[in-house]
Amino acid sequence: MTAQIVSAIFTIIIGVGGCVVYYWGANKILDAVFPSRGVSGAAAVDNLRRQGLIRPWLFVGPAMLIVTVYLVYPVIETLRLSFMDRSGENFVGLANYSWAFGDREFRNSIFNNLLWLAVVPAACTFFGLIIAVLTDKIWWGNIAKSLVFLPLAISFVGASVIWKFVYEYRAEGQTQIGILNAAVQYLGGNPQVWISTPFWNNFFLMVILIWIQTGFAMVILSSALRGIPEETIEAAVIDGANPFQIFWKIMVPQIWGTIAVVWTTITILVLKVFDIVLTMTNGQWNSQVLANLMFDWMFRGGGDFGRGAAIAVIIMLAVVPIMIWNIRQANREGGGGH
Amino acid sequence: MASSSGKSFLGRFGVHIAVLVFVAIWTIPTLGILVSSLRDKDQLIVSGWWTALSTSSQTEAGRTDAADKQVEKDGKFHIMGNLFGAGDARTITAFGTKAQQPTQYEAGAVADLGDGVTLQVNDDGSYVMSSPKAFEGSRGQRVYFSASSPPRFTTDNYQTVLFSEGIGRSFINSLTVTIPATIIPILIAAYAAYALAWMRFPGRALLIAVIIGLLVVPLQMSLIPLLKLYNGVGLFFGVPAKTYLGIWLAHTGFGLPFAIYLLRSYIAGLPREIMESARIDGASDFEIFVKIVLPLSFPVLASFAIFQFLWVWNDLLVAMVFLGSGSDQLVLTGKLNALLGSRGGDWEILTTSAFVTIIVPLIVFFSLQRYFVRGLLAGSVKGG
Repeated sequence: MTAQIVSAIFTIIIGVGGCVVYYWGANKILDAVFPSRGVSGAAAVDNLRRQGLIRPWLFVGPAMLIVTVYLVYPVIETLRLSFMDRSGENFVGLANYSWAFGDREFRNSIFNNLLWLAVVPAACTFFGLIIAVLTDKIWWGNIAKSLVFLPLAISFVGASVIWKFVYEYRAEGQTQIGILNAAVQYLGGNPQVWISTPFWNNFFLMVILIWIQTGFAMVILSSALRGIPEETIEAAVIDGANPFQIFWKIMVPQIWGTIAVVWTTITILVLKVFDIVLTMTNGQWNSQVLANLMFDWMFRGGGDFGRGAAIAVIIMLAVVPIMIWNIRQANREGGGGH
Repeated sequence: MASSSGKSFLGRFGVHIAVLVFVAIWTIPTLGILVSSLRDKDQLIVSGWWTALSTSSQTEAGRTDAADKQVEKDGKFHIMGNLFGAGDARTITAFGTKAQQPTQYEAGAVADLGDGVTLQVNDDGSYVMSSPKAFEGSRGQRVYFSASSPPRFTTDNYQTVLFSEGIGRSFINSLTVTIPATIIPILIAAYAAYALAWMRFPGRALLIAVIIGLLVVPLQMSLIPLLKLYNGVGLFFGVPAKTYLGIWLAHTGFGLPFAIYLLRSYIAGLPREIMESARIDGASDFEIFVKIVLPLSFPVLASFAIFQFLWVWNDLLVAMVFLGSGSDQLVLTGKLNALLGSRGGDWEILTTSAFVTIIVPLIVFFSLQRYFVRGLLAGSVKGG
């Protein structure tokens, strides 16, 4: 264990030190090879131009290298592997995809993913917006916001344990130690096995993600609400609008752009949701989702990389429209910066 | 905006109630595991955590001492003793001698067991059994009783999980993964962000578009090729494929697009005049970056560091793929996942372990919330 701590500290020093040495050293070398000081005017201008051509690449080089190895190459390789067999050696065409759409578990995952996509972003945005509006009106609003925001810091696994305890089931007649079943029993109902009741269990898993992500939606939307010009609301009040009209007709239309950002961000997160399903049910009782199914096939029976890759590609396809929209949006806003 | 609506007393009262309900739903689940982790493990399994402050009662069975402990006094035979061991703080509310009626008599009452035999059990567990004839047999009388125990809070659960369940070791492993994986990307991203914001070179617009595109690429797309790559490298050099170095680099790679995106938008917004006057004074790009851009960018660097720290600390997927499952490499999230499988019903272990895993992010989060929110507002296109 001591060796481990020493090696971690060593890595920090090597990593940070290496970066400093690289950036500083590469600059020094560039300045030495193409000197701009102490040479004749024309040569200095020439060398400055050459420096200007090379230096940006020294700065972006390490980042580009790492991003290429860890993201760009894998994306292309995953695409290729999705047309190969389980070992990744023989070309099998579309066999993995046709397998996927014939597989009961895969179709169940697609269905559940669509369910998650329909419910979670909408619920997070809705609750986030409501809480943002309500907390703006009261003196302890910031404390309330902090508490709703807090689950965002909790890991999906930690949140799963927290909610598994909420959903804990004991047979009828016994003392319930899960607060949900205790509440149900208190109200005269029968205790339920929440997470292993097919179909409905999906919603009990979704609650966990909604619980985590509502704080995110709330913070973003709250800052957008603060940006609404006071006059538009005052004008509506003078015209006799009631609070609900002000909310739906004056406030919401002015923050549509932000709502779209929140919605898409959570949509991407939902497509990748893995930890919650793995720890709560591991896909049993018809609660499988694509990301967990993909992880499963990476290791199932020694690992089937072809099928795993095909599932990853299908997740990726769902993200592509959002990706294009993001890039367009960024180009329109900044035109690529200064 | 505060004056826009809800002017009536009823309206304002309703807002308070509504917010209170939301806050309750969002905090009660976490409160549940915190309270449970501090409760005595025998109480935890018999009563809900929300009753932790009240006395809990339990029906149990015990046995009196056998005939060999009897004493003769005034022509009668007595067996005296205590149903509880020494130091037991529970109190008996009722007792009985039949399994069907375990609480037939109140504590302190004298029960008639037939043939002149009587049994008195007091609330502190002491009992007297009397008989006109000598007791026989090698076993004592079976006694059922309902015992209530005062609330008991303890830190025993924390000692158990930290030192014998392996959570302590996993805690160290998590720190080992998280700290380098948080620090290494910062400098690399800062240089790239500066170049993309303030230096002119062909292909810059394309690089920015690629970075924004990569922001949303699901991690799942990277896993299989990287796993193959790591296995290949491990085989080629004869080293293990699952190492801390491997996961540090993986987290650096996965964190870089967001880091560059976040830092670039901040650095691009720094005032142009400062850069230009420094350049006129003869400062090179390198000097401008180190002496002006880095110090001015501290808030956004802090935002990114918090994000990356929380992301890496809370990650399960990357750790499961790139680290082994031995005790020397299992991080907290992985350990918690393993415990859910192996200690499924042992809530004292699970709640305590869960609390240990979430306490560090919660502290980071609360102490640096300002930076966290700023980062969130600046870079809300990343999907977690």
